[in-house]
Amino acid sequence: MLDDGPLIPRNRAVHPLPYDPGYKTTVTRSPNLPLLSMDSSASEETGPTFGHGQLGAMDNNLILNWTRGAAPAIGERIVMHGRVLDERGRGVPHTLVEIWQANAGGRYRHKKDGYLAPLDPNFGGAGRTLTDAQGNYQFLTIRPGAYPWPNRGNDWRPMHIHISVFGHSFGQRLITQMYFEGDPLIPLCPIAATIKDRAQLDRLVAPLDMANSKPLDYLAYKFDIVLRGRRQSMFENKPEGM
Amino acid sequence: MVQQLDMLQETPSQTAGPYVHIGLMPTYTGNGQNFDQEVGQSPIEDGAEGQIIEITGSVYDGTGWAMRDALIESWQPDAQGRFPGQDGADPKVTGYCRFAADAESGEFTLRTVKPGTVALRDGRMQAPHISLWIVARGINIGLHTRIYFEDEDNSADPLLARIEQRPRVETLIAKKTGAGQYRFDIRLQGDGETVFLDI
Ligand SMILES: [Fe+3]
Repeated sequence: MLDDGPLIPRNRAVHPLPYDPGYKTTVTRSPNLPLLSMDSSASEETGPTFGHGQLGAMDNNLILNWTRGAAPAIGERIVMHGRVLDERGRGVPHTLVEIWQANAGGRYRHKKDGYLAPLDPNFGGAGRTLTDAQGNYQFLTIRPGAYPWPNRGNDWRPMHIHISVFGHSFGQRLITQMYFEGDPLIPLCPIAATIKDRAQLDRLVAPLDMANSKPLDYLAYKFDIVLRGRRQSMFENKPEGM
Repeated sequence: MVQQLDMLQETPSQTAGPYVHIGLMPTYTGNGQNFDQEVGQSPIEDGAEGQIIEITGSVYDGTGWAMRDALIESWQPDAQGRFPGQDGADPKVTGYCRFAADAESGEFTLRTVKPGTVALRDGRMQAPHISLWIVARGINIGLHTRIYFEDEDNSADPLLARIEQRPRVETLIAKKTGAGQYRFDIRLQGDGETVFLDI
């Protein structure tokens, strides 16, 4: 019984509401009409693959990758690590994980970010890696700062790292954000609050992981990611009714 | 009490935000020094078999504004309908591309090879199409849709056939504007809202 059937339909109840006036930009950018449902096909069950040849040795080290090792970024040194799993709990091997984030002062290296916190000349804010054979990944980076953003009168983003994951099929494609345990801004954030089930939001909050921290060097935060799984195929591949 | 299902739930999505390009397309924001080689720069290499085409369009929000910050990914088979990694697939087709709306005009262009047809599990054939995934600030979970082509036979496509309101089928069909040139606009809401997929 192989699980190479269609993708398990997405449980939209775990996801944020597309339309949420608390996050104003969603008002004009969320579809009004229902999505069209259909079993996945090869178009969604296949996906791009990436090899180590496309990645550089420092790509998952955001403290050093912007200067190619010449000078370290400023900030609290952290390791972000975890596993990419599917809905059956199995590691997803050799899949691309990409992250981007603000610097320690809460400023992005992006021409549209005009926040008055300064750029760190030694920090680019992007990293990427491939999971290993068990689905493990890790990044060395600095803890990003919180930052204000134009939404309601005085909205601030909690400290967060943006994460993009591929899995093995285009229908598994996912972008999410990792928050940090204990950040008092999480319950105040309208973007975090687009997820209506607090238990689901808690799944985006990485716990401090002292066992994997390195003395006199960095703190660790653990963040596991679950991608959609596939249906088991025992009764697939047959015309309807057979 | 019943037995445990032992299934996990998918991780909740969050918006890609306004700065998604620094992570996924650093060169677009002038941060090209971050990586030696960006992924998804082109879905084809020189020498790909089949017809090379260009698809141009914009992503419009509910006010009719062409969004400047949309990031799109595409996935498709080669001209024979084979995906990369499948037996006999064209080695010059990676099938995957990342592209962005232009920061000035809001227009995107995808240059690729026209895809072939792909069968469903039950044997029904799908008309040629390219899968798209769209993310941006204000989109809380990435939007899936498809590009079909005006000059192909779309009459028996199983997905298009499921669209009850027939005028909405047109939102998934790229219009031919010249030899190998197509226009495909995406409307997130309002008049002519694109059909998005829950697949
Ligand atoms: Fe952010």
